[in-house]
Amino acid sequence: MSNILNSLYNMGLLDDLARKKTFIHRIHPAIKLLTTIVYIIALTSFEKHEVSAVLPFVFYPVFIFSFAEIPVIPVLKRVLLVEPLIIGIGILNPLFDNYSVVLGDIAISRGWLTFLSILIKCSLAVTAGILLVATTGMDRLAFALRVLKIPRVFVLQLLLTYRYIWLLIEEALRMIQAYSMRAPGRKGIRISDLGSFLGQMLLRALDRAQRIYQAMNLRGFTGEYNAGKAPKIRFRDLVYLMAWSLFFVIARTYNIAVLIGVLFTGVGR
Amino acid sequence: MSHHKLEARNLYFSYPDGREAVKGVSFTVYHGESVGLIGANGAGKSTLLMLLVGLLFPEQGEVLVGDVRLTKKTLPAIRQRLGFVFQNPDDQLFMPTVYDDVAFGPRNFGLDEDEVKLRVQRALEMVGIPHLHDRAPFRLSGGEKRVAAIASVLSMQPDMLIMDEPTSALDPRSRRRVISLLKRFDHTKIIATHDLDMVLETCRRVIVLNEGQIAADGMAEEILTDKGLLESCGLEMPLSLQNCPVCGASKGIF
Repeated sequence: MSNILNSLYNMGLLDDLARKKTFIHRIHPAIKLLTTIVYIIALTSFEKHEVSAVLPFVFYPVFIFSFAEIPVIPVLKRVLLVEPLIIGIGILNPLFDNYSVVLGDIAISRGWLTFLSILIKCSLAVTAGILLVATTGMDRLAFALRVLKIPRVFVLQLLLTYRYIWLLIEEALRMIQAYSMRAPGRKGIRISDLGSFLGQMLLRALDRAQRIYQAMNLRGFTGEYNAGKAPKIRFRDLVYLMAWSLFFVIARTYNIAVLIGVLFTGVGR
Repeated sequence: MSHHKLEARNLYFSYPDGREAVKGVSFTVYHGESVGLIGANGAGKSTLLMLLVGLLFPEQGEVLVGDVRLTKKTLPAIRQRLGFVFQNPDDQLFMPTVYDDVAFGPRNFGLDEDEVKLRVQRALEMVGIPHLHDRAPFRLSGGEKRVAAIASVLSMQPDMLIMDEPTSALDPRSRRRVISLLKRFDHTKIIATHDLDMVLETCRRVIVLNEGQIAADGMAEEILTDKGLLESCGLEMPLSLQNCPVCGASKGIF
């Protein structure tokens, strides 16, 4: 239960981080969103067994981590949460694709390469996404989506889901606490109680959502979410986008890892 | 100033399950009045408040704010003038920071950001929490949440404050703070509560609801000392007016 409590408390971490004021945080949200999209597209467009050429893409998250003063461990923990999913996608590759390739002196199945490639690419993409939220904040991100002409229904959906999550967790936590107080020595919830437990939770969540919606209405909410002052895109924001896009394109076109290797050893492939 | 008047005319409301919550309620609240709306659990207080702010619509009867009848059409304009504070501040605070929460109303009314900032600062100062503006609402204490919820309504600069149980679940100090806050406001106020001592301090007029009907409407001193009336409505005299629990001596305040 303390785990749930912890995650409830940690929920706000990304919001807290987003409130810092480094130069990364001050870059226009739409620009950061676009940069992240370009990054992810470049990253995912690699050949399925490419590993070494992908490595320079680590530079982008490292750059953000250090200049936006984002703590590495909590973010990586969140990436770890998605890892089982990624492994699930890639784990069968070594079994089915056993065409062997020679790396130096070792011959390995190409499946392992594609698996490694998927693992690296997905992890980097997820990290970039989390970093985007951690340096921008959900509300400003929503604003960025509106700038990019995403229909407001979708943006609102995203935003309110993000806001309601902790309400739902809180509600669930209270119910679990009440349950376990009256069911001592039992781990989890008995399957026969689970139906009414989940049903209760749904009803309570609906009630709650209804009241919050009413509170919003009473304060003049009409469907448009106003997140405050709309920042303008400045010249340096464009420079930021251009510089990164250029880097991503170069890193996508040339295998920088190999080039550096050649530079130092003087030996071509 | 007739536009600060709030009038309920013969309101009836029943819930879909057939329970009649409000049965023929009429009253008028004038500019600057503070009215305590008291009654036992299930007497219809919350339903009545929701009818007043247009969260529910009566089956019969009407609500007039100023001289405007509350309908779906007039709702947006009227809501700007009524500040409704929910019983549970968690229902009201949902933005990432206290600042954004207090700014939510003004922003929705299309004010420019400088004006919004001014209003937020003023509202936060009024309730005494300007230092909390950057905090996440769900990490505040119960008392802080309550005043933040009040600030989020004050920033809309309403003519009238309508509150559902503003002192419930507060520790004595937080309760005291909310009470002294309420006493300082010169808004027209309607406060629904069980906290009769709070009513005694903050309201001059009291309306007693019993089973969806008005059982009494009058000066606070008269109603809150009427033991028979209060007990027949499932209430009791404010603790501060009851005899000394140790020696039984009467306090004889009025």
